[in-house]
Amino acid sequence: MAGSNAPQISPPRWLLAELTYSCPLQCPYCSNPIDYSQYPEELDTGEWQRVLSQARKMGAVQLGFSGGEPLTRKDLPELVSHASDLGYYSNLITSGYGLNEEKIVQLQQAGLDHIQVSIQASTQELNDHLAGTESYQHKKKVAHLVKKHGYPMVLCVVIHRENIHQMQQILEMAIELEADYLELANTQYYGWAHLNRDLLLPTREQFLEAEAIAQRYKKRLAGKMKIYYVVPDYYEDRPKACMNGWGTTFLTIAPDGTALPCHSARSLPGLDCPNVRDYSIAEIWNESRAFNFFRGTEWMKEPCRSCDEKRKDFGGCRCQAYLLTGDMYNADPVCSKSPQHQVIEEAIAAARRSAEQTEAPLIFRNSRKSRELSGGK
Amino acid sequence: MSINPDDIFAFSPQHRLQWEEAQQKDVILYPEGMVELNQSSVEILKMCDGSRNLQQIVHDLEQKFGTTGLKDDIIQFLEIALQNGWIERTTN
Ligand code: SF4
Ligand code: SF4
Repeated sequence: MAGSNAPQISPPRWLLAELTYSCPLQCPYCSNPIDYSQYPEELDTGEWQRVLSQARKMGAVQLGFSGGEPLTRKDLPELVSHASDLGYYSNLITSGYGLNEEKIVQLQQAGLDHIQVSIQASTQELNDHLAGTESYQHKKKVAHLVKKHGYPMVLCVVIHRENIHQMQQILEMAIELEADYLELANTQYYGWAHLNRDLLLPTREQFLEAEAIAQRYKKRLAGKMKIYYVVPDYYEDRPKACMNGWGTTFLTIAPDGTALPCHSARSLPGLDCPNVRDYSIAEIWNESRAFNFFRGTEWMKEPCRSCDEKRKDFGGCRCQAYLLTGDMYNADPVCSKSPQHQVIEEAIAAARRSAEQTEAPLIFRNSRKSRELSGGK
Repeated sequence: MSINPDDIFAFSPQHRLQWEEAQQKDVILYPEGMVELNQSSVEILKMCDGSRNLQQIVHDLEQKFGTTGLKDDIIQFLEIALQNGWIERTTN
């Protein structure tokens, strides 16, 4: 890759360590791959420690422990303590399930910097329905404990049609729980969420109303609570600058050690994502085919190739282009300049029809379903 | 956010200021975020150690760098830092 046309490679800044695919919850919008049950082999403690060390050496400094539910890994405190010794800022991204005061203290002593608790909705009934598990009261308790022990408290609520009408109550709940940060993440339609898209995508009116409420609170709470509002890209004119550019900032390691330039890159054909069991992080980041595949702008087709915005959004998300147009080199169809943009409009129309009809059941994320959907293996 | 002469500034316990060898830069780290700092910002932030007010910060920095007229720049940066929650103030 040393040719003069090769784009400058910047070192990774963020490492997302997906420790496991196992999770006691069954969120129907889960971003894990639909066929996650086909990758049961998890990296062991020593392998994860090596990954952390190598990525840190290259410049990664933000570290997310996620999954699945990372708390199901018994060696989590050990990994946190290794990360802390290396100087990472470590984030635990959890459903809060299985978290108690003793563990919160133990992880803090190991050097964990922050805990992000996800809550599915602002009422017990809806939360427990969406999570496919009774978990609401416990999550609220966990949020209090996180606060009590002096961690910055980050609440994350994934927004979709089943809970978008609760926007105001969600914001009030965050105030009541004294959150320092609130992430209102409109669902991104990959994996399980894509499967359930007709049922999850809000209508335009719902989205506009919810956004207005969120922006109002954002102003009012400035200086007290930081609100991150992740827009639903289906209702935008331009795609998101996916991963801040392919292979520029983010490195995701899946539970089985597969290194991914973005968390759903495994779904792209012919990428041949490398595994940390076979290569060092430096080899993977600098030399692998997968990480160089969409670096820079050389790979682009029209309309992106001659577009003056190509350095702003990098043509959008490759996985979304593939998922929705069947060609991963296409412009992200969210873009209004994309010749395939009508697939987005059709999805919006389908969601509206479904909103006006009686409910079809959501497909919950669990191993039985995953095996069924990956060909019954 | 105007600054009171009596305000004492301290770096926020919810953030972390850290030298990054790979980037050859100081950065502020917080939940899922990072800000890269330039040299003058770092110098001001290091003065926010819970013992100085505005006048003392200006005085100490002007002395350290053998210069004058830093006050406006320092005020401007402190306001940004307060807004972003990087520093906190306590009034004596
Ligand atoms: S989104 Fe829900 S089901 Fe998926 S890993 Fe997170 S908590 Fe588990
Ligand atoms: S045409 Fe491509 S590069 Fe231009 S704005 Fe659309 S997605 Fe971005």
